[in-house]
Amino acid sequence: MKLSLGPILYLWPREQVFDFYREAADWPVDTVYLGEVVCSKRNALKLDDWLQIADELAAAGKEVVLSTLALLEAESELKRMRRIAENGRFMVEANDMAAVNAVAGKVPFVAGPHLNAYNHDTLELLHELGAKRWVMPVELSAETLQRIMAGLPSGMETEVFGFGRLPLAFSARCFVARAEGLPKDDCQLRCIDYSDGLLLESQDEKGFLSMNGIQTQSATTCSLLDDLPQLREMGVDLLRLSPQSHGMAQIVSLFAEALAQGSVSSERSEALEKLAIGELSNGFWHGQPGMSRVGDVD
Amino acid sequence: MSNKVELVCPAGSLPALRQAVDNGADTVYMGFRDGTNARNFPGLNFDERAARQGIEYAHSRGSKVLLALNTYPQPHNWPIWTAAVDKAAEIGVDALILADTGLMRYAAKTHPDLRLHLSVQGSATSADAIAFYREQFNIQRVVLPRVLSLSQVKRVINETDVEVEVFAFGSLCVMVEGRCYLSSYVTGESPNTCGACSPAKSVRWEETPQGRNVHLGEVLIDRYGENESAGYPVICKGRFWVNGKLDYAIEEPTSLSVLDILPQLIEAGVSAIKVEGRQRSPAYVGQVTKVLRQALDAAEANPAGYTPLSEWVAQLDKVAEGSTHTLGALERQWQ
Repeated sequence: MKLSLGPILYLWPREQVFDFYREAADWPVDTVYLGEVVCSKRNALKLDDWLQIADELAAAGKEVVLSTLALLEAESELKRMRRIAENGRFMVEANDMAAVNAVAGKVPFVAGPHLNAYNHDTLELLHELGAKRWVMPVELSAETLQRIMAGLPSGMETEVFGFGRLPLAFSARCFVARAEGLPKDDCQLRCIDYSDGLLLESQDEKGFLSMNGIQTQSATTCSLLDDLPQLREMGVDLLRLSPQSHGMAQIVSLFAEALAQGSVSSERSEALEKLAIGELSNGFWHGQPGMSRVGDVD
Repeated sequence: MSNKVELVCPAGSLPALRQAVDNGADTVYMGFRDGTNARNFPGLNFDERAARQGIEYAHSRGSKVLLALNTYPQPHNWPIWTAAVDKAAEIGVDALILADTGLMRYAAKTHPDLRLHLSVQGSATSADAIAFYREQFNIQRVVLPRVLSLSQVKRVINETDVEVEVFAFGSLCVMVEGRCYLSSYVTGESPNTCGACSPAKSVRWEETPQGRNVHLGEVLIDRYGENESAGYPVICKGRFWVNGKLDYAIEEPTSLSVLDILPQLIEAGVSAIKVEGRQRSPAYVGQVTKVLRQALDAAEANPAGYTPLSEWVAQLDKVAEGSTHTLGALERQWQ
């Protein structure tokens, strides 16, 4: 099993993004997904900037994939998606059927986590159209994945979301702008102030969700670190680590170590718990509510 | 697009179906009594016998019947969904409303003459995405997610030859339909997997000194004071703390209503407008159908002179969530 670095889902300052990937070039990840998946207003980096980062990472031996926006509404967003689809150099992660339509039958692609692939027939079609890899929707369980993998089109790789705040929903509305009392059209890019999302708490003051612009994430950080032996045994090809604003180098190291040693260790789990931005959860993987944590090594 | 705009109304039961047909629905939509549709609630929906009766009732009065099979089958339950497709074809529904790509492929192959609609749960928000489903499965209609502004709806219509259906009235999904896992994050069940959002079995009410608490699973969704009327705990309509402020951080309890912009929707070229609410009572369905029938007829007869009658607005607000309405994402400011 290999490790991948998911796209940065937050709005970080331009320099921070460049610095992040300069460091990531040395991390033990095989694949790096690049680009803006959440909000088209976050355009501090243009496609050429992403291509420059892609070149540097490719030169460092990484497989680079360009991810497309999950929610496509405006014509400008569709244009940008088509330009990514036609980049001609790097594989594309299609996060909407519009993007699948742009790459189908033309170039190999990754069927992203927002495509809703829940069964064999869907995956067979995507494979026929050129998908060489699919990313499981985050709400599916190990049990379902096992059944899907038993009949997966041959040669198709499976990737699972293994670390990070879970992308749970998208909306036309921007919840950060709403919290700031601003209209979305004049949002002033306030997401820049929330480098891991804006916490939403229930009235008994428990962290519940994290608002990331038009995306709603979990307040918990999903971690399948303790489930790595099972993932490997099942034949999952890639485990996706979704970037958070700090400690990512150590987090990647912990997962790489666990993979190398092929075992679960409570020290590693505790170390990850300290580094993760939210409390750890793995409920979806275990067929439970996503926010729950199952099989604590303690 | 000179054809008349179709009024599509919900039927969660045979009495509701009759109410819809009797009050002027051009088309009704229903689901089977299981997880194959996105309103999989106890006591709701149709077994085969009721479905046949409903189709007979509607067809004999000139109304069409659509069947929603708009959840996402997984390998262990796949045969239930394909059997539902076969059954729907057999009993003579006028079209299937599908969300899952794999199931669409099955339906298009197995029943090439059966008309297919792409469900709102299919999350197609652009002409490019619609083109994908058109090319692959020859879909005839798309139901647009409630995330597009009116001008975006217009552009989609201009750029596709697939019929476009939009929501006209009812509960407002704030998130892109088909891409929301909030419910399964809290309860383990989602619209995609189980046809249920915030399922009733996960709801727990509790009287406390601070107020009346309502939990969904382990999460406190809202707390009501003595004089506040309590609503159903849908996650996106709860009150939460964000940046030190307690508020409806995602959306207030409110219903979508396009009554104010019917002439614009007609002019834009929508083929159908849809009323949400298969989970609501026959009386609700009758009331809403009646008002929208009148409004649609008035808007088509005289678009320039159209203004919503205050009695229509009052009647709809009476049955609306939170007794109030919004245009939702159709209006840019809402976003």
